[in-house]
Amino acid sequence: MEAAGAAALEFAYRVDRGGFALDAAATLALSGITGIFGRSGAGKTTLLRCIAGLDRAAEGRLVVGGDTWEDGAERLRLPPDKRAIGYVFQEPRLFPHLDVRQNLEYGIRRRAGAPAVAFDTVVGLLGLAALLDRRPAGLSGGEAQRVAIGRAVLRAPRVLLMDEPVAALDAEHRQEILPFIRRLHTGSGIPVLYVTHSIEELCQLCDQLVLVDAGRVRASGELQPLLARTDLPLLGGEQAGVIIDAAVASADDGDGLAVLEAAAGRLYVPRTAVNGNRARIRVRASDVSLCRQAPGATSILNRLPVTVQKVTEESPHAVLVHLDAAGDTLLARITRRSARELGLAPGAELIAQIKAVSVRPARA
Amino acid sequence: MSVADAAIAGPLLLTVKLALLTTFLLLVIALPSAWWLAHSRHRLKPLVQAVIALPIVLPPTVLGFYLMILLGPRGAIGGFWVEFTGETLTFSFAGLVIASCVYSLPFAVQPLQAAFAQAGRRELEAARTLGAGPLDAFFSVALPLAAPGFVTAAVLSFAHTLGEFGVVLMVGGNIPGETRVVSIAIFDHVEAMNYRAAHELAGILLVFAFVVLAAMFTVNRRWGFR
Repeated sequence: MEAAGAAALEFAYRVDRGGFALDAAATLALSGITGIFGRSGAGKTTLLRCIAGLDRAAEGRLVVGGDTWEDGAERLRLPPDKRAIGYVFQEPRLFPHLDVRQNLEYGIRRRAGAPAVAFDTVVGLLGLAALLDRRPAGLSGGEAQRVAIGRAVLRAPRVLLMDEPVAALDAEHRQEILPFIRRLHTGSGIPVLYVTHSIEELCQLCDQLVLVDAGRVRASGELQPLLARTDLPLLGGEQAGVIIDAAVASADDGDGLAVLEAAAGRLYVPRTAVNGNRARIRVRASDVSLCRQAPGATSILNRLPVTVQKVTEESPHAVLVHLDAAGDTLLARITRRSARELGLAPGAELIAQIKAVSVRPARA
Repeated sequence: MSVADAAIAGPLLLTVKLALLTTFLLLVIALPSAWWLAHSRHRLKPLVQAVIALPIVLPPTVLGFYLMILLGPRGAIGGFWVEFTGETLTFSFAGLVIASCVYSLPFAVQPLQAAFAQAGRRELEAARTLGAGPLDAFFSVALPLAAPGFVTAAVLSFAHTLGEFGVVLMVGGNIPGETRVVSIAIFDHVEAMNYRAAHELAGILLVFAFVVLAAMFTVNRRWGFR
């Protein structure tokens, strides 16, 4: 990724803990939401704790926006409180002896710079107004985590570090928090590093991706093109899919469907998948089928003209077809037999069918 | 004050004075020790813990016997004290304070250690990421979270010192106004068949101990954040 100097976060860390070793380095754009994505135990949390200065066993180098926070070669290592970070843990970790307002103010009283966002703005964005006088013990899991996020943001950090902040919540509360995180990022402009093992969260929230596998960074960069790289671990197989950004032409066509104008053509998606005038939808490879000619009567609404770019092996019976849809990339998983019978080869022009009900909102 | 009143009030006042001083000194000593025990992974930690817990297990006479030798004019501590102040530690109030501190040490350290260990590591990390230095985080987060442990430590040290007998007998003897605490005075009264005086002192101690413990448990319930 081309990111250096003032607008970059550059890290190189080694941690050796007997059974587990982290050896990770990357340079990230210090903007947007960057997903640190990988399996459980891949080293994502360790990496985040290194960046925060919380891992004492770490050795390495960290430069944030041109300032060196850590350099093993020069024996420089800022303690956590001297790094302009906000950290949201998996659990809220609120201070039980303080009420919500005092929890939010804890970091404000200890910060050096001016706030990126005003107290009232954060309270508004996270819906905390009714909670301010409550004690942490009386909050639900989702409420407590929202307070924890607000507390971290109010520290006015250069970068906000979030370690699977919704993993401990049930599905309902998870969907309640994610839009808050996006709104907060948009409202504050603070770059976010977001650790997750969920591809749904990754697609829904993130702009960039750092793929961590077995303690190493396997890829980093813009999320959208990386999702089409099925050679990378975790992004291929069952999980394979792409995200498509599109303008919303109509929020409801009268049948409960929203109409999107993607580069390749018109897409119908469930109305509930769309919020606002742009939509980002995730299309899984297993939800895309291919045909030679435009089919006659069919229940499948979404039909886009596509060109085959390449075909990659996936399993004994299936292949992944990489398709160009007027600039957007699509992936289709089809059987080896179908691929042979359709005579798929690079350059072949086909119609891709996407079941409208199968697209998922990737960003609220 | 009549002679009879002095026989009651004297030992009571001395006992309270001893217990208050001991409690104060113990909290000062226990704070850093408990913090270290709660957070250290030093290989000598189990040995330190064992030494601190000894007074719980040992008969007070055993503890008192060794303390008497240590604090005596020819003992390591007592000899130094004589050189320094010209007075002996054994059979003196100062010697009693030192002996009480040793005797009640585990009752101050253990509740605090438990409080520090259980309340805090996670919240302390959060405090550090919010800009608090180590000392700031200690005072603004660790200490308030350990407040119930503090109350328990103080009350237990105080109450345990009130009740000590064997150690006092060995180290302090029975000198009115100097080392004649309530428990010794009660024993004395019983020996002299003066049950009336023994009843009064014992009754006061019983009620007092109950009130203090009840107050502690009430306060700790109110401070129970979790």
